[in-house]
Amino acid sequence: MPQMSMIEAIRDAMDVKMAEDDNVVVFGEDVGYFGGVFRCTHGLQDKYGKNRVFDSPINESGIVGAAIGMAAYGLRPCVEIQFADYIYPAYDQIVSEAARLRYRSGEQFTAPITIRTPVGGGIFGGQTHSQSPESLFTHVAGVKSVIPSNPYDAKGLLIAAMEDPDPVIVFEPKRLYNGPFDGHHDRPASNWSKHPLGDVPEGHYTVEIGKASTFREGKAVTILTYGTMVYVAEAAVKETGIDAEIIDLRSLLPLDVDAIVESVKKTGRCMVLHEATQTSGFGAELAAQVQERCFYHLESPVVRVAGYDTPYPHAQEWDYFPGPARVGRELKAMMEAV
Amino acid sequence: MSDYEPLKFYVPEPTGRPGDEPDFTKLEIPEAGSARKPAIDCRPQEIKDLATTIIRVMNRDGEAVGPWAEDIDDGVLLDGLKAMIRTRAFDERMMTLQRQGKTSFYMKCTGEEAIAIAHKAAQTKGDMNFPTYRQQGLLLSTDYPMEDMINQILSNEKDPLKGRQLPILYSARSHDYFTVSGNLGTQFIHAVGWAMASAIKGDTKIASAWIGDGSTAENDFHSALVNASVYKPPVVFNIVNNQWAISSFRGIAGGDEATFAERAHGYDIPSLRVDGNDFLAVYAVSRWAIERARRGFGPVLIEWVTYRVAPHSTSDDPSKYRPKEESTAWPLGDPILRLKNHLIARGLWSEERHAQAESEYDEEVRVATKEAESHGVMGAGSSPKDMFEAVFEELPPHLREQRQKMGV
Ligand SMILES: Cc1ncc(C[n+]2csc(CCOP(=O)(O)OP(=O)(O)O)c2C)c(N)n1
Repeated sequence: MPQMSMIEAIRDAMDVKMAEDDNVVVFGEDVGYFGGVFRCTHGLQDKYGKNRVFDSPINESGIVGAAIGMAAYGLRPCVEIQFADYIYPAYDQIVSEAARLRYRSGEQFTAPITIRTPVGGGIFGGQTHSQSPESLFTHVAGVKSVIPSNPYDAKGLLIAAMEDPDPVIVFEPKRLYNGPFDGHHDRPASNWSKHPLGDVPEGHYTVEIGKASTFREGKAVTILTYGTMVYVAEAAVKETGIDAEIIDLRSLLPLDVDAIVESVKKTGRCMVLHEATQTSGFGAELAAQVQERCFYHLESPVVRVAGYDTPYPHAQEWDYFPGPARVGRELKAMMEAV
Repeated sequence: MSDYEPLKFYVPEPTGRPGDEPDFTKLEIPEAGSARKPAIDCRPQEIKDLATTIIRVMNRDGEAVGPWAEDIDDGVLLDGLKAMIRTRAFDERMMTLQRQGKTSFYMKCTGEEAIAIAHKAAQTKGDMNFPTYRQQGLLLSTDYPMEDMINQILSNEKDPLKGRQLPILYSARSHDYFTVSGNLGTQFIHAVGWAMASAIKGDTKIASAWIGDGSTAENDFHSALVNASVYKPPVVFNIVNNQWAISSFRGIAGGDEATFAERAHGYDIPSLRVDGNDFLAVYAVSRWAIERARRGFGPVLIEWVTYRVAPHSTSDDPSKYRPKEESTAWPLGDPILRLKNHLIARGLWSEERHAQAESEYDEEVRVATKEAESHGVMGAGSSPKDMFEAVFEELPPHLREQRQKMGV
């Protein structure tokens, strides 16, 4: 099985779909000739031509809006928003248009579009290149949100997204683009090539949207997390020796509530962990779900570990970004609680 | 002490407010027939003058004059007149329906009928419209069932959109009518994307985008123009300048000193400004623009100069913000009357036939309304179960659970 980075896996997903389906088109800022600032679309224009892979003006509303029109025609656009921080100009097109086309048209028009966008910090991007806006989209009816944590899932989820009959946003944790993360910023990123999750099958396969995966089995506490934070959780588990179960949600909407409930009922404790700011973040939804469904199985309150409710600071990035130490402290405190 | 006077900023004002005499002296109206008809493949720069004039075909005597008057089929004109009468009858009845409390809301297109109807007549089946809420003529000039439009307005059990949409925000894919959004301007860029797709697939269909003068201030108007200028897809941009955006006159959207058509120049998109109350002019210019797009010469922008005679919607009272007589003083007249006079002058129509058509369409709308009402009025008959369907193609678990809790 070939070894791939997440970038290569993402590119491979688009390659597979473009080869299979003439209706797939890829566009966004810098994605054509140059192949994207993160190189995710590198080589696709050479292979499929300018008619199917092209640069767009710097106009996010225009990117998503045009994709909607193309989808209404019958194409399958897969567009890139260069950074999730720049998805806001397209917000109206996503939430008012793509998300509702099926509903408001009595299913006469649908928007099977895929929006790929890099999220999260850890690369010293400051406030405008580090944000995690996923909860702004999980609040919206009619659009699905997925977030992979490794190359295998990245390819499988992206192909699933491109085949999905509804609009899907694929949040790509840019901290994981080149290699897994061991949770510590002062250690260089290791390479996916030595990581089992860097094994990516050739050709077509999918990872089902709406299904979580158990990243690590454990009995003491459940950590519900996704994206980069999966590895922070892993590091914290290693460092504290606490036998936590780590659930990688992979898909935020639809959410795999069954997997969450099963794990929390087993462990009796639950931490929700994400990088996005805490207040009204996706962790609030997770905590509420657990409270509603697992209350009588809980031995301690659900704990949230998240980014602070501040813009993403540049120089203090590593204090902002939940790290293994912070997660470890909270885990220990939870275990002491009765 | 500063050498400068304190700065002031400028808030444009219309030429009249309630209590004033209507004043349209600012609107320069050229003679019918005076605007030239450019070659179908002209370069945008060659026709800049057509963005500041008003292309008109019918003169005061109801004669069709000038280069845009040529080669218009009598059948198109007769059908167009009938569709305009039918649309006006529909609007009147729906207004009444709202006043009777049988629906929550309605919007008329009185005075603007020629624009949607003549443009539609110039299209070919398969060309897609991305309308806003005042283009009911796109449907009413076709065989789209009138009763379905009323069912939609009533949100009843036969509503094709299952009670999910505000009245008049129709969707009719079978009739090349994209689903209407309540968020202004969003459809403009959808049309560009659709037209790009048509070109990507090597098809020959064109898209027509629709927007009001007020809504040209929205981002998506500019997104659409920049995309169209870059990729040159087959799209016709229609700006319906009816002078008012609710209570704000066109100047608030930036259309007081420069015309809306002129905006296209910065994008190297050819643009034309047209008398929107002149059915022949609308048809001729639409045909030119559509043909140009279909021949692969790229986008065209058209500003249709017209006047919103009716209130903005059933929730609006225009006497609060504009001169009372302004709509009757509108110097470009009424599109129905003008086409009627033209056809009578040519012996193709008569007062009797006109009166007869009016009563026939009144009756048609009355019957269709009655039939629609039998399936419920204002939401009666629609099922709460429908609320959960079509959010996604498949009902996801969380929605299934919510629906079960509701007991439907
Ligand atoms: C994004 C958005 N902002 C505001 C509104 C409220 N609104 C509805 S119609 C309207 C006026 C639009 O005027 P114009 O584009 O000139 O079209 P007209 O009504 O004159 O046909 C406004 C402000 C809206 N529907 N969507």
